[in-house]
Amino acid sequence: MPIIKQKDYKTWKKFDRKRDLQNWLCWFLGTLIFSFCFGLISSKTIWFYVFDSHNEALDLLGRMFPPETNYFFTLIKPIWDTLNIATIGTTIGTLIAIPLAFLSANNTTPSKKFIRPLALFCIVSSRSINSVIWALLLVAVVGPGVLAGIIAIGLRSIGFCGKLLYEAIEEIDENQIEAIEATGANKAQIMTFGIVPQILPAFTSISIYRWDINIREATVVGLVGAGGIGIELDAQIGDLAWAKVSVILLAIVVAVVFSEWITAKIRKAII
Amino acid sequence: MNDKKVIWKRKPLIKNRLLRIGLILLISTYLLSVFLTTEIDWQRILEGIPRGKNFIFAFFPPDFITRSDEILAGIFESLWMTIVATIVGILISIPVSLGAAKNIAPKFVYFLSRGVITLSRSFQEVILAIFFVKLMGFGPFAGMVTLSLSTIGFFAKLLSEDIEDINKSQTEAIKSTGSSWFQWVNYGVQPQVMPRFIGLSLYRLDINFRESAVIGIVGGGGIGSTLNTAFDRYEFETAAAVLIVIISIVMIVEYTSSHLRKLIK
Repeated sequence: MPIIKQKDYKTWKKFDRKRDLQNWLCWFLGTLIFSFCFGLISSKTIWFYVFDSHNEALDLLGRMFPPETNYFFTLIKPIWDTLNIATIGTTIGTLIAIPLAFLSANNTTPSKKFIRPLALFCIVSSRSINSVIWALLLVAVVGPGVLAGIIAIGLRSIGFCGKLLYEAIEEIDENQIEAIEATGANKAQIMTFGIVPQILPAFTSISIYRWDINIREATVVGLVGAGGIGIELDAQIGDLAWAKVSVILLAIVVAVVFSEWITAKIRKAII
Repeated sequence: MNDKKVIWKRKPLIKNRLLRIGLILLISTYLLSVFLTTEIDWQRILEGIPRGKNFIFAFFPPDFITRSDEILAGIFESLWMTIVATIVGILISIPVSLGAAKNIAPKFVYFLSRGVITLSRSFQEVILAIFFVKLMGFGPFAGMVTLSLSTIGFFAKLLSEDIEDINKSQTEAIKSTGSSWFQWVNYGVQPQVMPRFIGLSLYRLDINFRESAVIGIVGGGGIGSTLNTAFDRYEFETAAAVLIVIISIVMIVEYTSSHLRKLIK
């Protein structure tokens, strides 16, 4: 922290001159990149529509209100489906993620050279393809419906749970494993008594967290035909029935807030 | 000699026996009701398996060349979108996260900011994108707005949690020098949350790029529209190429961002 001497008084500055210049350079470069990127985007934008969007938004809101409340009763089945897609999908995803995580953790993998990269590749590719794209592929294979949604959510969850879980496995306390080993336990016993108890808290919190995310994801897989409330949303937007769309949006908000409340409760109960 | 062996059993996960049995019953009834209410058309699945096989084989070999211009243009558009959206989103998130920290904000501002966060988190990027494409027309601008708004929910939530955990004595020390509110935030709060801030920004950059691949499907520009066009034209080889490109870029971004995060720590 340099103190700068002016003519007749001293003043304090947070950084010295060199650091100041570096900071300004970073800001300058950042702004440069930002404006460059924004320029490219704006060259592809029809600004008339953007400047007109507030009128459009007001118009849309006018059509959305008042919401058609009776429509809610037809939504109960889709909401139930959405919850099921999220729950069953998370279960499948975590069940597949467990062996993958053990295969890709540095300390439990059977072979570092061959199996670990393979398992890591499975995890990364599951993570990088969004559940909507998974659903798009699966609707073509198993047909439109809840099943495609469940598999899509499950496949997407593998990567997320697998990554967090294998990081948890890599961070376990080796002393406990050694202690179990010293009793003459075999590999399977080491696993069940040494490793599993240590990662169980992480595992539960990861799966609950993913369930919470999956509720949100399950609302959109229907847009490509994979079941749940998304199908209704797609249909009503297609019909331009905005008074019904607002009911669906409200239902989604309620479902998400509900899931957040439940996960908070469960987390408190476990920890 | 004692004939009785002492056997050790592991403690059950849930101590209360009634609760344990109740939970098992609850879960099994849930599974049963799911099974009964979900219509699974096995006929369609049996039909779908050979179709799916053809579908997957149609992806091979991935064709990078025929549409290479479009793929490149899509990727660059996605990248511009991601960068701009992350920066704009973070700029909006900073005031929101200050407002959503219990220890800083007054009650009224707190609930307002929490409301903004919940609203932004409730809607998936795709749903937001549908509306913004409708409002602002097709193209990357709508996608950028979507990504910026969904950044708020993620970024402001996690940052505000970090702000709530800051060390109080440091902020008090700054306050006791007679600082203004902005100076107080700048010198008391900001340095404490900076590491988390950078980590979160990098993480969100990574997420935004991945999401930009989807919002293109509903008209939000970027690599997603290239993917969608490829599907619509039944050019599955090109679609495969696009998917491979997305996976590899995500892998690169993830490796660099995790490496950078380690460096900063």
